[in-house]
Amino acid sequence: MPSNSLKYLSALTTFFLVGGFALVFLWTPMDADQGFKQKIFYLHVPVAIMALIGFMAAAVEGVRHLRSGDSRHDLNSYVFIHISVVFGVVALVTGAIWAKASWGKWWVWEEPTLVSFLIVFLLYCTYYPFRYAIEDRDRQARYASVFAITAGVFVPLNFIAVRMAESVIHPRVFATAEGGLPGSMLFTFLVCFAGFVLLWVSLVKLELVGKQVSGQVSKLRRQMLGQADRSSAGRRISPQAEA
Amino acid sequence: MKVGAIGAYRALLAKDLRTELRTMRSVPAMVLFAVTAFIIFRYGLDRTTLTDSLAGGVLWTTLLFASILGINRIFIAEVEEGGFDAFRLTPAPRTTFFLAKASVMFIYLVVLELIVVPVFALFFLSDWASLPPLIPVLLAANLGISVLGTLVSSMAVHSRARDLIVPLLLLPLVVPLMIAATGASAPLFGAEGPDFDGFWNWFLVIALYDGVFCLVGYAVFDFLIED
Repeated sequence: MPSNSLKYLSALTTFFLVGGFALVFLWTPMDADQGFKQKIFYLHVPVAIMALIGFMAAAVEGVRHLRSGDSRHDLNSYVFIHISVVFGVVALVTGAIWAKASWGKWWVWEEPTLVSFLIVFLLYCTYYPFRYAIEDRDRQARYASVFAITAGVFVPLNFIAVRMAESVIHPRVFATAEGGLPGSMLFTFLVCFAGFVLLWVSLVKLELVGKQVSGQVSKLRRQMLGQADRSSAGRRISPQAEA
Repeated sequence: MKVGAIGAYRALLAKDLRTELRTMRSVPAMVLFAVTAFIIFRYGLDRTTLTDSLAGGVLWTTLLFASILGINRIFIAEVEEGGFDAFRLTPAPRTTFFLAKASVMFIYLVVLELIVVPVFALFFLSDWASLPPLIPVLLAANLGISVLGTLVSSMAVHSRARDLIVPLLLLPLVVPLMIAATGASAPLFGAEGPDFDGFWNWFLVIALYDGVFCLVGYAVFDFLIED
């Protein structure tokens, strides 16, 4: 049963996230400049970084899929992108809230990181329509991997171009002239970051287990129907784990 | 008999250019689209002369959307007439197919710009001094658009609704290229004659972008042709 490791993983995730947010509200000092508003930093930044890491990891899985032809890597790539897009929504929404709170506007074009992130997010949103527009299973997996690789290469290039185009007003919290983040804030940030990394991993695992189970169910159903209804397996549009 | 890569490349290129000369399926549509777009911009922006970033924005938006018309069609004939299967039967390296298609797209874009950029200057610019320094920017951006366009087009051609997939995939991917291209060309359209403020930085970004996506295209194209 794969659910045991998932159980421990979920417990660990809960521990880190609850602990992290307890530290955020009870222990870290108020930001001198932004006050309470700055607390969203511990949610927004880890989620955004994790989404980008997830996109890059999907590209690595894409390379592995093309090299080995093993459909497990394609499944991983698919799930990584799926969860990272969800994280991307959270990052954009929290980013907009932070922008409203500190700059008074929901959307700030002068903010290169936010704009780059939106472009990357829009690109990855096209993964689904693209993938499901291809009917042949093998071709779908192969083309989706090509997409994952191209988009993964695109992410850093996009950040370079947008950063060059905009004046930099994003707070450089880790290395400012005054010496950067105080120790307590950095520690809390790292705890929160660990929490969101674990959350991402748990969600990925959960989806993979779900795919495995549904794969097993459809296999059993096929056996029960005596191979009569084989066509139903081909009707699912998302990739499935081998049962 | 062994087909050399260069021979195969030449044959594919000649075939595509001959087809285009006979059928006129892509370039005339791109030109008509671009000129019409200029007219729409003239009334949409309510300006008769354009300078700085406004000129750069209008020019690049028009060229990009016109190029999408051509990109949509790069592989259509191959699918309809069985060109993919025919190519798979030849011993030529697959990359030559990619290179030939990207070169064809590049040539289409050059022809498009040879017609449309003078029209743009005629319509909107007060003098022609900004056009010579624009040439390297146009060529460098053409390389990026044609390589990426070929890649996206070959990905979309086997899907349902490929006309929808091409712009959907291509537009986010070319955003950095368009940022750099408009960044490099906007100062060239300055009201007091061309200015090279930040020109080389932007040009470097375009070159980096071209280099990276040439490598990506080279690396992944084999997998897009396999059946």
